[in-house]
Amino acid sequence: MPELKALPIAARAAECPFDPAPELREMLHEDELRRIKVPSPLLGEFEAVAVTRYDDARSLLSDDRLLTGQSLPTQPGNLLSYDGAEHSRLRRMLTGFFTTKRARALRPMIDDVVASRLDALAAAGPGTDLVQAFCAPIPTQVICELLGVPYADREDFRHRAEVALDVNATREEQIQKATDMQAYMAGLVARHRDEPGDNLLGGIVRDHGDELTDIELMGIGNMLLIAGHETITSMLAVAIALLLQHPDQLAIVRDEPSAVDGAVEELLRYCTPATILPRQAAASMCVRGQQIEEGERVVVSILAANRDPRGTGRDLDRLDVRRPPQPHMAFGHGPHQCLGQQLARTELRAALPALFARFPTLRLAVPADEVDYKTTALVFGVRTLPVAW
Amino acid sequence: MRVEVDHTRCAAVGRCAGIAPEVFDQREDDGVVILLDAAPPDSDRVREAALLCPAAAIVVHENAAPTPGTPITPRGSHV
Repeated sequence: MPELKALPIAARAAECPFDPAPELREMLHEDELRRIKVPSPLLGEFEAVAVTRYDDARSLLSDDRLLTGQSLPTQPGNLLSYDGAEHSRLRRMLTGFFTTKRARALRPMIDDVVASRLDALAAAGPGTDLVQAFCAPIPTQVICELLGVPYADREDFRHRAEVALDVNATREEQIQKATDMQAYMAGLVARHRDEPGDNLLGGIVRDHGDELTDIELMGIGNMLLIAGHETITSMLAVAIALLLQHPDQLAIVRDEPSAVDGAVEELLRYCTPATILPRQAAASMCVRGQQIEEGERVVVSILAANRDPRGTGRDLDRLDVRRPPQPHMAFGHGPHQCLGQQLARTELRAALPALFARFPTLRLAVPADEVDYKTTALVFGVRTLPVAW
Repeated sequence: MRVEVDHTRCAAVGRCAGIAPEVFDQREDDGVVILLDAAPPDSDRVREAALLCPAAAIVVHENAAPTPGTPITPRGSHV
């Protein structure tokens, strides 16, 4: 039995954090599915089947015998805590609120949020950290709108959310802010129960309030915050950092409105902020003739899969915002794929071109190799992004 | 071209409705696909919607006249 190889969660190349680490690329070209050791803050180190190929990832993630709920502590109302019929029941209540049409209807609100952040950025002046001034406040303000957080509460809400989700905060600070956030969510849910607001959480209470407990509604609110905050903050920040190093690609995003939708897909594929997806097999399964045993953990590297050129005849390691439509799994795949993906797309499509149009001379205020990337967090991001113009 | 959708496969994420809104929409209550036009004029956007559908729930038949009631063929998940 060969020694199991340890795979750092930081499965990104040291010299270019946008690229998969060399050992992931190696796995991509092996026929045999490897067992690896995965360090996890929640589970300690565990052994898992490593999945790197696009086709393997796609077929496994769409297989309902591969569970997600068992890999994480249970949180009522959080879709990642459920599988099978229970998951479908909850998800069906929510999908109607996340359609393409709903996301499109939110565009004017999102444009207003982006415009206010651009004004704040201009006022702050060159040298500002773009994460704090632009990338983080946009999703937070959008979530405040969706949950119906009153204006007077927003500054506190933003602070609680940022500390609770900040990897650099101390454990005590995180727990304290998460507890405060839970109490605040309870109050929000109670208010929507009395009088459902004209927003997403209010709509869920209005349409499905009799099928959901208060704890579940609070869990839904927390899920929207967790899923919609760090991911979009990180995606905006890494996409901007990347484009500032590819001025030709940036110019397309800035100057060609018809190219923006495709460019956002390419940036999602290339950056893949949610690097890995942990799963567990509920039954023994077969992948290309190889057995995954019941109870085995599986880790899908979305990062590697999104670069897997097999069968495409394309160079998927090149950033090409004008690329012809290329399927990717940046939002996951199968029953658990991102519920809020159309909303995420709308935020990215609104924010990126607007930033580059308002600040056409935008540049990194630090050398490109000193950008402080978060390669060890579950979500790939940057800690700070000082910019000038 | 002729288009078929499989409502049971549909993951309700609305890629199709974003890419080719003239042919695809989503149900208000649960986001499941609505096929607005089963025999649309030849369109790359419709092909793109089928290619990018994360549930492989859209089948495009090229150069085919509409034949109502044709059963949906089971297929693999990868286009």
